[in-house]
Amino acid sequence: MLAFIAKRMVAIIPVMGVVALFVFLMLRLSPGDPASIIAGDYASPADIERIREQLGLNAPIPVQFGKWLWTLAHGDLGISIFTNLPVSKLIAQRIEPTLMLASTTLVFAVLVAVPLGIIAAWKAGTWIDRAIMIFAVAGFSIPVFVLGYILIFQFSLELRWFPVQGYTSPFVDFWKFLRHITLPTVTLSVIYIALITRITRASVIEVMEEDYIRTARAKGQSERIVLMRHALKNAAVPIITVIGLGVALLIGGVVITESVYNIPGLGRLVVDAILKRDYPIIQGLILVFSLVYVMVNLLVDIIYTLVDPRIRY
Amino acid sequence: MTSDQQAILDIRGLTVRLPARADRGNAIENVSFSVLPHEILCVVGESGSGKSVTAHTVMGLLPPKQLTATAGQVLLQGDDLLKKTPGEMRALRGARMSMIFQEPMTALNPLMSIGDQIEEILQIHTQMSAAESHGRMIEVMEAVKLPEPERLIHSYPHQISGGQRQRVMIAGALALEPILLIADEPTTALDVTTQAQILKLIKDIQRTHGTAVLFITHDFGVVAEIADRVVVMQHGLVVEQGEAKNVLTNPQHPYTRMLISSVPSMTPPKRPDTAAAPVVLETQALCKTYADRSLFRAARETRAAHNVDLTVRRGETLGVVGESGSGKSTLARCIVRLIDPTGGQILIDGHDIAGLSERRLRENRRLVQIIFQDPYRSLNPRRTVKASIIEGPMNFGVSKAEALTRASDLMTLVGLDPDALDRFPHQFSGGQRQRICIARALAMNPEVLIADEAVSALDVSVQAQVLELLDDVRKRFNLAILFITHDLRVAAQICDRIAVMYKGEIVEHGKAAEVFGTPSHDYTQALFNAAPGRDFEFGNFASA
Repeated sequence: MLAFIAKRMVAIIPVMGVVALFVFLMLRLSPGDPASIIAGDYASPADIERIREQLGLNAPIPVQFGKWLWTLAHGDLGISIFTNLPVSKLIAQRIEPTLMLASTTLVFAVLVAVPLGIIAAWKAGTWIDRAIMIFAVAGFSIPVFVLGYILIFQFSLELRWFPVQGYTSPFVDFWKFLRHITLPTVTLSVIYIALITRITRASVIEVMEEDYIRTARAKGQSERIVLMRHALKNAAVPIITVIGLGVALLIGGVVITESVYNIPGLGRLVVDAILKRDYPIIQGLILVFSLVYVMVNLLVDIIYTLVDPRIRY
Repeated sequence: MTSDQQAILDIRGLTVRLPARADRGNAIENVSFSVLPHEILCVVGESGSGKSVTAHTVMGLLPPKQLTATAGQVLLQGDDLLKKTPGEMRALRGARMSMIFQEPMTALNPLMSIGDQIEEILQIHTQMSAAESHGRMIEVMEAVKLPEPERLIHSYPHQISGGQRQRVMIAGALALEPILLIADEPTTALDVTTQAQILKLIKDIQRTHGTAVLFITHDFGVVAEIADRVVVMQHGLVVEQGEAKNVLTNPQHPYTRMLISSVPSMTPPKRPDTAAAPVVLETQALCKTYADRSLFRAARETRAAHNVDLTVRRGETLGVVGESGSGKSTLARCIVRLIDPTGGQILIDGHDIAGLSERRLRENRRLVQIIFQDPYRSLNPRRTVKASIIEGPMNFGVSKAEALTRASDLMTLVGLDPDALDRFPHQFSGGQRQRICIARALAMNPEVLIADEAVSALDVSVQAQVLELLDDVRKRFNLAILFITHDLRVAAQICDRIAVMYKGEIVEHGKAAEVFGTPSHDYTQALFNAAPGRDFEFGNFASA
């Protein structure tokens, strides 16, 4: 097991290398030039050329990439073109709200979706099942920003239950944090809830057809315990898989949700950086997101072994 | 049957309705039989006969809303089970009546330890303390002869053997000393030597505990081995019942006569000598080793097949028999080059194909064709039968028109209507699908036909027909057939020569009559001694 984790950790290095190459090339291939944005609307071509030279953007692409890799290898994500601050510092400043939003969303989504999916499976074919599935389809279909503004309108402006925008750290004022984070969490959770509910339902229904469920019934076990004790654990592997894959979904959703609710997190940082072509920030953020995703997948693989004794690495 | 004994289980006029749009109205109709104390009652029938539905009705395990008992009584010691509430049925299940199932691997929860699964039944039905239930669990595990129970309780189902898994099921079923044990094909998924042990165990338990056993099977060998009385079912009806000896030796109903006549004999019939025919297929020191290599430790090697030498002559059938894991399927797949052998030679008409490159091999693919075990899975469900049959010949440059003509000729040959070529596999029965698979193989004009457990998934009456067809095409096309099977009766009937495989090696090899008559290797002897009903000669009532 430890050998497996060690092996996977080592394997992360080449994965990140490939991600770095792709990110770098995609950015250089996409249109836009940070130098002309810095120079402003009234700059002469000579000014822009001078800034390009300063930023090192005139060097051949392989040289630029090599330089960046070299700094990366030293654990340095580089310096932001616009703010002249280290990218790692910018990320550190902004990471807390994003981490908080992602965790509350993950917890909320799982707490809501897994029971919903189980109930739907349990009552499969009844109106309860159908109602839950209609909700799930609707949850897939509604865009995050539309849902965000509807919730703000209803619960912040009309009912005045929650603040419209902004963020407070839970370490400063936990109650205020909860009031601020509730609507963004609900907004971001909906698509995730829809996804996990569907998978949970399908997985439980499938497991309930298995032979060992019949065996449990033949032992005289009650239906409730058959479900809780025999079916759920067996249904868990696909559910965990989807939760893990969904983290990628979450990263995309965070960007939009933070914009809607004006939360000063990584999502906002990445949007601003893209608009200004601040290459080091974009590259750094994508690397961080990729690393998180790879680590989550490793975590998922480890959780598998805890659930299923047949899975051994 | 003596009338003063009260039956443990008495089924009277039981009818279970199928959902609308099924192929018949009732799954079972007016079924009546009883199981007496201290007896093993076998319910025999082919698939779809309603034998499992009957058992599930007794246990109250029918899928709700799909199957419902509409008439009759199921009396457990005089108490009508059909009138019980779900709660009352739960109290009875596992305590007074228990059930064991066909496939112990899937019948056990893969994520729960063995101990938890046996102990569960004690927790449901009794107020035993932890120490008491642990003690009882160890006791029943010892009773079913599970080795090292204290260690085994921490194992998971995938870590123990198939026979042990079924013993675990039986231990759980017997933990509360039920008066009735229902066994639904409990040995069908097991190897023949394991099957013999489990049958003996069930018989011993029935004797020592006086449990009444309702034993469901499709296998007349098992019936001959274990049954006191027999109930024969067909299409949801009981067609015959009586003392096992009477039914087996003097069946009355035509269906029973047909079934018993279809059971292949353990004595090979006289077959013409083929020693002079030219050799078509020959393997020399064929090996297949699976190596699990890892950077950090020595490679673990599994010898699936080792130094296999065999020859098959034109017009002859060579049987390869063995239990699961013996390497017989690996051998078949190597010869077809579905997997690559790791050593040795495969000579087809004297040319070695063992080491041919993929491209060179493709030219030779026509020569060796294979028929698989499960006809439900070996035909592409989205393609018509016609498409499946003509694809092979057309790959070898036969024109479509010619391939079609050949396909319809072959359909007639295998006993199917050529007009059915445009249908899809699901529109055929299992036996018909296996005929299609044979036609597909023959369409290639092969030199060698490999049948890998080709009749094992079929009902005994259908099995007899397909065996007859295989023997017919062998004669007609002068084919060399390599027949892989675990079923000794089938092997005895169709094979000229037999090779016995054990742990990847051929341990005995000879003419069928010699191997069956005087088996020389210890393993062969053990294998033959384990065959259920080996001492019983099933009569042929077909002409009577």
